[in-house]
Amino acid sequence: MEHYLSMFVRAVFIENLALSFFLGMCTFLAVSKKVTTAFGLGVAVIVVLGLAVPLGNLVNTYVLAPGALAWAGFPDADLSFLRFLTFIGVIAALVQILEMALDKFLPALYNALGIFLPLITVNCAIFGGVLFMVERDYNFTESVVYGVGSGVGWALAITLLAAVREKLKYADIPDGLRGLGITFISTGLIGLGFMSFSGVSL
Amino acid sequence: MASVKEMKQTLFGPIFANNPIALQILGVCSALAVTGKMENTFVMCLALTFVLVLSNVSISIIRNHIPSSVRIIVQMTIIASLVIVVDQLLKAFAYDIAQELSVFVGLIITNCIVMGRAEAFAMKEGPVASFFDGLGNALGYSVVLLTVGFFRELFGSGSLFGLQILPLITEGGWYTPVGLLVLPPSAFFIIGGFIWVLRTYRPEQVEAKE
Repeated sequence: MEHYLSMFVRAVFIENLALSFFLGMCTFLAVSKKVTTAFGLGVAVIVVLGLAVPLGNLVNTYVLAPGALAWAGFPDADLSFLRFLTFIGVIAALVQILEMALDKFLPALYNALGIFLPLITVNCAIFGGVLFMVERDYNFTESVVYGVGSGVGWALAITLLAAVREKLKYADIPDGLRGLGITFISTGLIGLGFMSFSGVSL
Repeated sequence: MASVKEMKQTLFGPIFANNPIALQILGVCSALAVTGKMENTFVMCLALTFVLVLSNVSISIIRNHIPSSVRIIVQMTIIASLVIVVDQLLKAFAYDIAQELSVFVGLIITNCIVMGRAEAFAMKEGPVASFFDGLGNALGYSVVLLTVGFFRELFGSGSLFGLQILPLITEGGWYTPVGLLVLPPSAFFIIGGFIWVLRTYRPEQVEAKE
């Protein structure tokens, strides 16, 4: 249990996907003008990462990894070179199914998250999370914890940045820095703040 | 067939006038983490150039045969296949660099520049124009990335491409490395500065007050 807890904390604070691996930056910078929208997108990312990482883990263990197809009678098959193509397909399909399921069963949630879901298919944070899971050889339970944890970290980062940007509206910023430039610099400062967590020993 | 002047515009426009990173917020995602060393940065730029140019050309060649309802899937498949080729080549011929770049080569697939150019340019224009558009955007991306990499490696560890330029104080030289530049957040500061310089030089890119 302690192992999973420390893994969760590590994924949220120490190895934050957005601030220390720069993943999902395009959406991170584009959709962080208001706290409410940023929070909505953050929740959508938590949901999708929490589902996509364990799903990617299953696909990897039973189809792609060397020798994974032994159950189907191909013990020598190694499909790991198809990883990128398969994962991107899995993520796209997952987002599509999630969108349809939410629309059918939870229309209220669909109205809140719906516009963000298509954005998420090409969000590097999801794809990056799945690839990190493969690279670090997580088992199924670990991948659930890692998926949810990294999603929470990403949501936290984008909400923080949106809060800063809402205040920045009232600041007198030099012309050349206004908009994108100052957003990059504030993201860097938040990142520096998060670096202080790396001293935490787990 | 477009004129030579238009071709030049397509090729050189994205470098400063319409830079994909500094102006369109595209493709910052994956690549910043690899800018700690010039060598890795350079390989990353080459990989992206390869993928972007070839995906633009091949999508442009078959653009009239792609039904618009499934175009995203088709584009994704082409891009992902190209990235697999790059990844396998890197693993075969430059294993050490492939290890250091780790997941970031795979992340070229979700790099918004590649998808963005496929969707915005290659689906509408011919293969030759798309070739130059891909090359131009890849150059615009590389300029930003190499600038960031240059500052981070030169002032962060006193070297360029692994060659010691500024002798470090720990090895009997005179230069005290700036530790901040080795940390990931420094990339944000350098890009912010890059945008500032670029927009001071080209005031028409300044964003309006909210």
